[in-house]
Amino acid sequence: MGLLFSIFTFIILLAIAFIGAYVEGLHYLFGIVLPYIAFAVFIIGIVVRIIKWAQSPVPFRITTTCGQQRSLDFIKQNKIDNPFTGLQTFIRMFFEIILFRSLFRNTKAGIKENKLTYGANKWLWLFSIVFHYSFLIIVLRHFRFFTEPVPSFVPFIQEIDGFFQIGLPIIYLTTIGITVGLLYLLARRIFDNQVRYISLASDYLPLFLILSIAITGILMRHFFKVDLTPVKQLTLSILSFQPILPADVNPIFYIHLFFVCTLLIYFPMSKLVHMPGIFLSPTRNLANNNRAKRHINPWNSDFKMHYHTYEEYEDEFREVMRDVGLPLEKEEKNVD
Amino acid sequence: MSIKMTREELAASINYKFPKTNWMDTPVVFKKGTYNNAAVPDSITYVNQPNPRKWQPYEDDWKLPENWQTIILEGLRERLHKFRSLKLFMDICVRCGACADKCHFYLGSGDPKNMPVLRAELLRAVYRKDFTTAGKLMGKIAGARELTFDVLKEWFYYFYQCTQCRRCSVFCPYGIDTAEITFIARELMNLIGVNIDWVMTPVANSHRTGNHLGIQPHGFVDSIEFAVDDLEEITGIRVQAPINKKGAEVLFVTPSADYFGEPHYYTLLGYLALFHEVGLDYTWSTYASEGGNFGSFVSHELMKVLNAKIYAEAKRLKVKWIIGGECGHMWRVLHQYMDTLNGPADFLETPVSPITGTKFEHARSTKMIHITEFTADLIRHNKIKLDPSRNDHWHATFHDSCNPARAIGLFEEPRYILKHVLNKFTEMPDNTIREQTFCCGSGAGLGTEENFEMRMRGGFPRANAAKYVNEKYGVNVVACICAIDKATLVPLFNYWVPGLEVAGVHEFVGNALVMKGEKPRELDMRQQPLHGKEEESKNV
Repeated sequence: MGLLFSIFTFIILLAIAFIGAYVEGLHYLFGIVLPYIAFAVFIIGIVVRIIKWAQSPVPFRITTTCGQQRSLDFIKQNKIDNPFTGLQTFIRMFFEIILFRSLFRNTKAGIKENKLTYGANKWLWLFSIVFHYSFLIIVLRHFRFFTEPVPSFVPFIQEIDGFFQIGLPIIYLTTIGITVGLLYLLARRIFDNQVRYISLASDYLPLFLILSIAITGILMRHFFKVDLTPVKQLTLSILSFQPILPADVNPIFYIHLFFVCTLLIYFPMSKLVHMPGIFLSPTRNLANNNRAKRHINPWNSDFKMHYHTYEEYEDEFREVMRDVGLPLEKEEKNVD
Repeated sequence: MSIKMTREELAASINYKFPKTNWMDTPVVFKKGTYNNAAVPDSITYVNQPNPRKWQPYEDDWKLPENWQTIILEGLRERLHKFRSLKLFMDICVRCGACADKCHFYLGSGDPKNMPVLRAELLRAVYRKDFTTAGKLMGKIAGARELTFDVLKEWFYYFYQCTQCRRCSVFCPYGIDTAEITFIARELMNLIGVNIDWVMTPVANSHRTGNHLGIQPHGFVDSIEFAVDDLEEITGIRVQAPINKKGAEVLFVTPSADYFGEPHYYTLLGYLALFHEVGLDYTWSTYASEGGNFGSFVSHELMKVLNAKIYAEAKRLKVKWIIGGECGHMWRVLHQYMDTLNGPADFLETPVSPITGTKFEHARSTKMIHITEFTADLIRHNKIKLDPSRNDHWHATFHDSCNPARAIGLFEEPRYILKHVLNKFTEMPDNTIREQTFCCGSGAGLGTEENFEMRMRGGFPRANAAKYVNEKYGVNVVACICAIDKATLVPLFNYWVPGLEVAGVHEFVGNALVMKGEKPRELDMRQQPLHGKEEESKNV
């Protein structure tokens, strides 16, 4: 049901994109107004989301420890998976965010002749890495459309990305990476029973959106061979807040742009906020130094319940305590 | 035990197929043997919690307050403001499925709602419905659903089918911690009096008498004296076991099962022998006679209230620092919550071993160390004489208890001890130990008779790994440092791996410890003949 709904939503979006691309009167709306709105929603949305998270305190330090703690000097601490200091925690987060370390642990369980088996299962990790890094590099590569002069890292990335010099224009590695990565993620959502069962419409939709951005990008570069000079004029004019709509922009560009805008608007209200969210995850970004350094809960005094004090306890059990010779705080009322 | 299925039948019943119906349209069935009894009103009343009454989960009327939905939703709103973890975990899950087959309850039951992702979705769906725009507008298609009585039934069933072991959180790329979600879901249910007896009655007992079993001070003294007698029979030495002694250097706190349960009791004998041998100036307490904290299975507030006794007693007895015994969830509370909830312990001193001089800097704030840290340090400094051959009747493996593993990272301390007190030690497969350890299937308050089938299912992955080393290497005992493990792994292995025993780490220490002035040892802590001694005694 989620899949069908996503496809349905996507078709509507595609129809809107085509209308925007081929009805010339709408180009101002789709080429200038929408990007401004999308960018604003994206930035404000993400900031608001992070502020909302940050407004809630972290009452307890609930690190998930995945390696040996620091304790005795003859026992070797696992500094990455069980950090004790801020620097070690930073390194843990670095590996988590840059290399998806936790996902790398993934295994696949199975049952065979009443016995459980566990196999390594790195595919999800591999394709996730390929997808995310391709996406990141593609975004960085796009800086050549947003900047004049183009910063030097852009041609550098482009050169590496086009290292194999296949095709003309050169086919970037990330073009293949993002497509293959997305198709894998989509295929496992559709064909893996386990993943299909847990998938919501909002799990398919982002895949469709990003895939259509990638495909329209590929079409522009390799098939329609779109002239990018007017495109860059448009982006630069938008960024300088003096928007001018150039003539001769290929309609496919408007479709591409529409999906980008849709993704930007959708981002802050969807699961895609896992991108900023990972930085705040309390099981990963806190040092496991609980016994060395007190963690403060700002609302600790909200707990009003009275604990049963020793005095109350002794009052209840004084007789039996005296009978077995336990020392008492108060030696009152002798029953004899 | 209360299960009709044989282990072969139970194992054969496990499959990982999925129902035709969407999980939101698959109602819960309260099948006998797979859920826990509701809390009795007396226990709820004793600790002043909401809505005490007689009810049972299989009944149609749970006798809820009229505005129970409002109470839960307001409670959720409050907790979203109080816990960043909750807010974040509600928003960032991408349903990648990495956690799905990591849960022992899923592996043992095949029930899709035992996949951590869906367990969390049970709460997330309600969150979306009332706290997100998309959920409000689009409902089910946005993964949102209204909090109905049927949903509450699912909450009760599945949030009391999670042992808060946190194995899933090791694998989650965003570190989403189902234990945190279960924690809060149980706290919300507690607001309307939906909780289980095996949690609430121990909580009430612990509040009143200082321990879950409700043992009163004279009963506690009897137990300890009984243990001193037994130890004398085994070693020929009568040890001192001071209770409520003011001015001792160390307060020792351990789960109450250690002085009342089996095989916990043999670990207790080990503690007594060890403390005597190294001449530790310590005391037991009848008031803080429980390290375990069942309050942590139902709410943060009850956790705090029960835990408060430990520091209060340390202060009253004017000790310098504290040692904690072998227990799992107790150590989660001591390590991750106690200082925040009940600290600062500025009336205590940073623990220093009086025997080795080691300063336990890593515990400089809480002033409380784990018994295996204490003992490993003693062994390292050659302060105790050990004869590991006295454990030659055992071939051990080590089961990492969930909480010391994934909330502390206490992996090598117990292993260091075991390797010095035992000659035969073999690890279970890598995917089942250390941070990937599998729960006993009965933690977080689920270790009841009435829940027996689900416990055998939840414990299946652990038993499976133990069976592997039992059959392949002849491992005959599983060592562990958790009282719930000791209580529940025994029936688990009786069911899945008959003949496999369970023991605490300090039971082996007690066996191997060569005490000054002891009589020649012929019996182990279980009062069974030592290896080789059986033949000798026959020959005599």
